[in-house]
Amino acid sequence: MNNAIKINNLTKKFGNFTAVDNISFDVQKGEIFGFLGANGAGKTTAMRMLCGLSVPTSGSGVVAGFDMTTESEKIKRNIGYMSQKFSLYEDLTVWENFRYYAAIYGVRGREIATRTTGMLRELNFYADRDTLVKDLPLGWKQKLAFSTAVFHRPEIVFLDEPTGGVDPLTRRQFWELIYKAAESGVTIFVTTHYMDEAEYCDRVSIMVDGRIEAMDSPANLKQHFGADSMDGVFRQLARKAQRTD
Amino acid sequence: MLLKYLLEKEFKQIRRNPFLPRLIAAYPIFAMMVFPWVVDLEVRDINLCVIDNDRSAYSRRLVAQASASRYFHLSELAATYDEAMESIQRNQSDVILEINPGFERELMRGDCPDVMISANSVNGTRGGFAGNYLSQIIADFSADIARESPGSLIEITPQYRYNPHLDYKNYVIPALMVILLTIICGFLPALNIVGEKEKGTIEQINVTPVKKYLFILSKLIPYWIIGVFILTVCIGLAALTYGLIPAGNLLVIYLFAVLFVITCSGLGLVVSNYSSTMQQAMFVMFFFTIVMLLMSGALTPVKSMPQWAQTITWFNPLRYFVEAMRAVYLKGSGFWDLRTQCFVLLGIAGFFSLWAVWSYKKK
Repeated sequence: MNNAIKINNLTKKFGNFTAVDNISFDVQKGEIFGFLGANGAGKTTAMRMLCGLSVPTSGSGVVAGFDMTTESEKIKRNIGYMSQKFSLYEDLTVWENFRYYAAIYGVRGREIATRTTGMLRELNFYADRDTLVKDLPLGWKQKLAFSTAVFHRPEIVFLDEPTGGVDPLTRRQFWELIYKAAESGVTIFVTTHYMDEAEYCDRVSIMVDGRIEAMDSPANLKQHFGADSMDGVFRQLARKAQRTD
Repeated sequence: MLLKYLLEKEFKQIRRNPFLPRLIAAYPIFAMMVFPWVVDLEVRDINLCVIDNDRSAYSRRLVAQASASRYFHLSELAATYDEAMESIQRNQSDVILEINPGFERELMRGDCPDVMISANSVNGTRGGFAGNYLSQIIADFSADIARESPGSLIEITPQYRYNPHLDYKNYVIPALMVILLTIICGFLPALNIVGEKEKGTIEQINVTPVKKYLFILSKLIPYWIIGVFILTVCIGLAALTYGLIPAGNLLVIYLFAVLFVITCSGLGLVVSNYSSTMQQAMFVMFFFTIVMLLMSGALTPVKSMPQWAQTITWFNPLRYFVEAMRAVYLKGSGFWDLRTQCFVLLGIAGFFSLWAVWSYKKK
């Protein structure tokens, strides 16, 4: 099986409002999959369903080899998630945050320390391991949140607008982390508003009003829409949107 | 094993909170050293106005006995009832004692002479107490007379059992301990969980495979420990400051405390599961805490509530804990005397805990 994610006719309704409207797609193992769309297009809702945080109204899907509707706790064991809101504990140190999440994912006592040391050295952050997270700059917090999300070596990691509000240099560094994780075989599922980041993805899908309007590699999309950048592709599609936030 | 890591994190966060450790240290001290003096319902220094129409040796003796007590202060000797009423209206007196002419003669004959007590009940509590105290003194007086000339009157000897000196502090301190535990173990876990919701960290937890009951336990156990610690400090302070030592077994107190603390934290958790902001959780907790407190018998006796309110108190966990605390502290009751309260509290604790785990949704 080469699919990390396989979704069929997934729909989520909140009352009369259809946030996600009958979407289907596959994500291959080891792929960097960009999940684009304007604000309110339904990206976060779709991603929350994939992570088992929200129950679909209808449709089915397999994530990391487990059924979305019946095996969500098993899915959770095999995925990492970095939410839009920054979600490390501000009143714990870097080291304590790693220790806490590693324990939750069932990493064993001594192994926690070894892995944490390795990861912090790789990030050049070992010296700051006893700093409280609230005292770190935003860019570092996001890098650490990403490292926490992949610490337990999940098959897929979901990133919900991971680089919001940081400078281009830090975003570049962040994407280097993503590439490194992808090279080691982790499937990356990422939402973003930055079209330059969309160019870094192997494939992207573009959501408009709860539906997927386009899905292909950035190069093919540009050719198909006759645009010279992903920005052009996005503008053409997003203009069709009926709903605003 | 995972629980160890989860608890370690909670304790670190509590310790690093700029305000919680201080609150936990200061609250019991404040509650034990200050509140017992403030919530004293005892009424003293009641101004007594006497109209003595008899002016006999016995009537003077009754007046002397009343004004010698620590409750009354003789403010005025009025000639007529109107004059006495005027004194009440000027706020110089709280209660009028009118002795009829022929008081001594009737007493000597062995009849029951009449005296009239009129109390100013603008402040109902003060008026009520004034009337009661005065009747008490008259009863004592007639008992004395009866002893001196046997056969003339029926002897009345009231007895206040278990709290013989009528010290209100002894009555209120066990209830204060209960109130303290309600606040610490109900509010804090509720605010903790809603706090994680507001910061967004709970979503990160919900996407992990952590078991619901483990996560909830890790949120509750710290407050159970803090609750038992605070109770211990309170018991120690009450013994040192007021010499108030439980007449019964300490273990019974702790048994009830553990059940009660589980109940409160369960309620706090249920509230937090249904609230999305701190404000909301605070308001709902305040509502329940105040209702439970007023209907618990901690401050006013359950027996003086209307029947429908008494029925509601059957479902109030606070009521059972207050009853048990007072019974163990003042009467020396043992487990067997309080078994009903214990089992009911156990039931309520189980109910809230199950509801808390059930209502916590990971999605």
